Amino acid sequence: MDNKYSPGDKVRILQRNQPGHVRTPIYVRGKTGVIERIVGSFPNPELLAYGNSGLPYKMLYRVNFKQSELWPDYDGPSSDTLEIEIYEHWMAPA
Amino acid sequence: MSNHHDHDHGPTHTHDGKPIQEDELPSIEAQILETSVRELLIEKGVVSGEDIRRAIEAMDTRGESLGAKIVVRAWTDPEYKDRLLNSSDDAIREFGINMSPMELCVVENTDEVHNMVVCTLCSCYPRPILGIPPAWYKRRDYRARAVREPRAVLQEFGTELPDGKQVRVHDSNADLRYLVLPERPAGTEDWTADQLEALVTRDSMIGVSDVRRPGEADA
Repeated sequence: MDNKYSPGDKVRILQRNQPGHVRTPIYVRGKTGVIERIVGSFPNPELLAYGNSGLPYKMLYRVNFKQSELWPDYDGPSSDTLEIEIYEHWMAPA
Repeated sequence: MSNHHDHDHGPTHTHDGKPIQEDELPSIEAQILETSVRELLIEKGVVSGEDIRRAIEAMDTRGESLGAKIVVRAWTDPEYKDRLLNSSDDAIREFGINMSPMELCVVENTDEVHNMVVCTLCSCYPRPILGIPPAWYKRRDYRARAVREPRAVLQEFGTELPDGKQVRVHDSNADLRYLVLPERPAGTEDWTADQLEALVTRDSMIGVSDVRRPGEADA
């Protein structure tokens, strides 16, 4: 399975309201981060959670965000970051 | 009887014999489902009650000592440390641990970076290595605050970090499970593996604290 993004690419997490077993927390939606690594392809948890096979697999990445991007009033040094796993269908180039 | 218990406990008000209540009520539906499935499996001879008890016992017995062995191996063997950081699943297989279907991600604390792990969506945790997560790890306040104000949370755990050190929070939200490789305390160069293992705590591998020598003050 091909990866659309590579480490260092800037991505924006989609601002999408979607019910169900979604692994993209609301606090990163609409935020811009940088691909930290490609994790690989995994069954889609949004289907897997309901007894489905989870096919087709989805490419998973780790995305690094500046805390100040996630929380405009973040109380800490500007170098503090957060990393989280995001599936490819939840991001767009930024 | 103490004064504050001079009242009737109706169905909406029970202490269950515990002075401090959980912040989340158990899901009754999930409990009924679990009981039904378990009873059916036993009735049909798929598993026995003893099988279930033994599996629970094995899960409960697993603890941070395994994680401590891995950390100390990485501290004392640079080649192993490289493998642990770059092909984590292979590296822990040498200790008889299989993370499948999850994958392990090891994050290293250094002079410049302090790593801390949380699962905001539920309570994902590297159970094959560290066992059952502590109660606070599953609480809503830890899960919400670890990403929002990690330095305040670290301070409450007694972990004071200089502003010059980056705090990197890892939200364990999908298919990876995280292990923090803490920094080896200075002055332990001559220590044996057994001595070092005794220093490595569960909390240091979640990243809410550092590994300290006995009597060592906070940095």
